Amino acid sequence: MDTVNEMKLTMDSRSINEGFSRVAVSAFIASADPNIEEITDIKTAVSEAVTNAIVHGYREKNGKIYITVSIFENNIIRIKIRDKGVGIDDIDKAMEPLFTTAGEERAGLGFAVMESFMDKVRVTSKPGMGTTVVMEKKIWGKRL
Amino acid sequence: MSAKIEYKDKEIRVFLSGEIDHHSASLIRASIDDAIIHKHPSLLTLDFANVTFMDSSGIGLVMGRYKLMKTVQGRIRVVNLSPGAYKVMVLAGLEKLGEIKQKEVI
Repeated sequence: MDTVNEMKLTMDSRSINEGFSRVAVSAFIASADPNIEEITDIKTAVSEAVTNAIVHGYREKNGKIYITVSIFENNIIRIKIRDKGVGIDDIDKAMEPLFTTAGEERAGLGFAVMESFMDKVRVTSKPGMGTTVVMEKKIWGKRL
Repeated sequence: MSAKIEYKDKEIRVFLSGEIDHHSASLIRASIDDAIIHKHPSLLTLDFANVTFMDSSGIGLVMGRYKLMKTVQGRIRVVNLSPGAYKVMVLAGLEKLGEIKQKEVI
């Protein structure tokens, strides 16, 4: 399947950039003509993955987050969010709903949201090297 | 994101507006907690009418305030959620903690 359109962005792992990453991705996918629910779902999933990179990958220290968004011929959006942070020791455990290694205010639902709002989520990670989250969603727009 | 806090008849009502994410939640939680600690309300209402976006940090925000309200023997209510925000709340099973209501569409 060929990509119709692709963008890459690199940004500092600052929490103030969480909003920017949502807007950047939703602006880019506009050409796929998503409906409002699809835009909201994708923005929320992106927010979760970016927040994970900031809070867990880099433990709120400075690093870079690499976001790649591809639009394919069949209107499938693929979003890759990568960090070069601490990585995940046990991916299955990390993806368990409500599990969190952070403190009181984190709900442990980031992956649960990503899996619920996107069609596919794939996580690869290597402790000490970083984590990559790849999510896909087919856009139906008003065609449903 | 901002929080307007009102107190009346043992109820604190927090009118949230803007986007709730990890960044903004960390900025406003202290002011809500201050109000709870000073006023010891029996009810905390979080009004989401003007919230334009929410991810699971909003869940953390609600859960953290729920825990604090429990320490003052109070309860919590979340109202005027948009469909997107409501979807995230239900995913977390928050209806078990208190009243969770969507925005009424007339």
